[in-house]
Amino acid sequence: MKRMKRSWSLGTILVLMMAAVLSACGSGSNNNSASESPSASPSGSASASTAASGSPSASPSGNGIAKPRVAFVYIGPPGDGGWTYQHDQGRQYMEKELGLKADTVENVPESADAERIISELAQNHDIIFTTSFGYMDYTLNVAKKFPNVKFEHAAGYKTNDNMATYFGKNWEASYLSGIAAGKMTKKNVLGYVAAFPIPELIYNINAFTLGAQSVNKDVKVNVVWTNTWFDPTTERNAAVSLLDKGADVLLAYQDSPASLQAAAERGALAGGNDSDMTKYAPKAYLTNPVWNWGPYYVKKVKALMDGTWTNDQYLGSFQDGMIDIAPMGESIPDDVKKLVNDTKAKFVSGELNVFTGPIADQSGAEKVAAGQSLTDAEVLEMNWFVKGVEGTIPQ
Amino acid sequence: MDLITQLLVAALSSGTPLLFATLGGILIERSGIIQLGAEGLMLMGAVMACLTYIHTGSLTLTLLAVLTVSAALGLIHSFLTVTLRVNQIVSGLAMTLFGTGLSAYLGKPITGTPIPGAVPKLDLDFLDSVPIVGDLFAHLDLLTWFSFLLVIVLHLFIHRTSWGLHLRAIGDNPPTADVMGIPVQLFRYGCIVVGSMLIGLAGADLLLIYSPTWIEGMTAGRGWIAVALIIFARWNPLRAMFCAYFFGVMDTIGFKIQLIGSAIPSYFLKMIPYIVTILVLMFLGYRNRNKPSGSPEALGTPYIREQRF
Repeated sequence: MKRMKRSWSLGTILVLMMAAVLSACGSGSNNNSASESPSASPSGSASASTAASGSPSASPSGNGIAKPRVAFVYIGPPGDGGWTYQHDQGRQYMEKELGLKADTVENVPESADAERIISELAQNHDIIFTTSFGYMDYTLNVAKKFPNVKFEHAAGYKTNDNMATYFGKNWEASYLSGIAAGKMTKKNVLGYVAAFPIPELIYNINAFTLGAQSVNKDVKVNVVWTNTWFDPTTERNAAVSLLDKGADVLLAYQDSPASLQAAAERGALAGGNDSDMTKYAPKAYLTNPVWNWGPYYVKKVKALMDGTWTNDQYLGSFQDGMIDIAPMGESIPDDVKKLVNDTKAKFVSGELNVFTGPIADQSGAEKVAAGQSLTDAEVLEMNWFVKGVEGTIPQ
Repeated sequence: MDLITQLLVAALSSGTPLLFATLGGILIERSGIIQLGAEGLMLMGAVMACLTYIHTGSLTLTLLAVLTVSAALGLIHSFLTVTLRVNQIVSGLAMTLFGTGLSAYLGKPITGTPIPGAVPKLDLDFLDSVPIVGDLFAHLDLLTWFSFLLVIVLHLFIHRTSWGLHLRAIGDNPPTADVMGIPVQLFRYGCIVVGSMLIGLAGADLLLIYSPTWIEGMTAGRGWIAVALIIFARWNPLRAMFCAYFFGVMDTIGFKIQLIGSAIPSYFLKMIPYIVTILVLMFLGYRNRNKPSGSPEALGTPYIREQRF
């Protein structure tokens, strides 16, 4: 029995040691872990803030802060090749432009954990960017508790005296992707791998469909919901189902390139979302909307340094470069490229609006009368599909 | 391709990683050791496959690296559970956490790097004209063929060889096996190491064939599904094959139903695999209520010579 006891405790120690190794190096999987990026602390705990750069400065409200301490909260890893990757690029751009070092916390789930992590960051940072829609309420709660800290929330609609929001009219880029897809399809069947049935997806699907219809009257867009932002295998299953249904051009509003890879195997074309995905399948790549957050991050952090920060609800566009369209793939002929670029110029000049009537919904009922246009606010709360979309919005 | 064929093709492609992991798990659990580390082992297998393939470009080296690393992890698991007799559930969970964390760390530099189709396909062109069979088997990759072979080999090993008999004896009643002169500890070590290699191979299969880019946490719970499939298959390799493919179909059927244009909410469709699993387990449980569960009797109990149970 004695021997058994000893081996028991030895075993327990070993398990504990494994756990220690895990927490030391496995930061990525831990929801609350600090980023491995060189700017963050080397420890694997959520206390990335201990490595906050810059001298500790009191946060005088109203006045500028010479060297603000900046933090970013990410939903995924910067290596996701999509959404978080673009935010991380924006962070690096901001660091270079302003000579600052920002702290990042990655893989933060959209749950109560987020509130805890944002609170921890708020204790020794001056401005915090929370880069996912689901952080909205958590950011707001923390913002109320820390009136001297500025909060910037991506894609949401709630603000506070010290909390601003930022997003972009990426539906304009979706419209352009639609033009490319409508030109390239041979079967007039497009597929859309959609994450969640929320307005952001709905207006992008509608814009994509309208873009495709603007060059190809007969085109139909099949939609499947994956109910996940990031799960390569599920996304792939969804893409394969669309290809089985006969779609020959796909667009995936998802965070991974899985749909593009699936399309490439079947000789179909596809686009992804958020960033340029050419490298995953150069031949099969269509194009897709991309984000460029850097200039906005520079602008807001600089405003904080100058003491001119405001809590506005910012909506970027082609004009300021917050949204753009990725370079089109090598299979796209020049005339299609030209058409897309010409249309883009119309967005830049403000000449074209995606949601200008006449637009009918799936039942054929008129939603936007001829000559009328939806306001940005109306677009941002869209909950109906245009005619030509085949799919349902779960209620 | 009609709907049935499409579903069968989907079953094969998304069921194969599950099949490898389930077979590995069956081998381990047949020896009486609970296997909860599958998720971590699969992730380690996947990240090792991606790392080695990107750096060497050789499929042989890639598979070798995957097998070596998962064997090493299996060795740790067996040292903990067999020699030190640590609680097997805790040790298994530790393997999962360890594998998840370590793979995320190792995979940082290669996250998102696509790898070209690495596994050669066996082109059986003469099958192309045959309906259904041609769609399914004409252009399968070698790993999938290997998984078929593995099912047969494991089935024969467990049920038709004397070593398999020893294995079952160890899983059901280690003291008796020990009295018979079977080296219980050594057998368990062997099963855990080989089983872990198979589970690592499941991760490599997922990465090399199904989703050819390393992304952190890419198994998305498939290791846990494999744990359920072991029970579902009642520790039988042949049944594991059907269960894995069945789950593969369920994985994609939700999207098919969405595309038919049904009014069933997609959230509900996403529950299909899990609901069906529960229903089938209930049905099987009811039908087999008077039969033994198939679970190895000594599953989860460390064996100590001359200890009373």
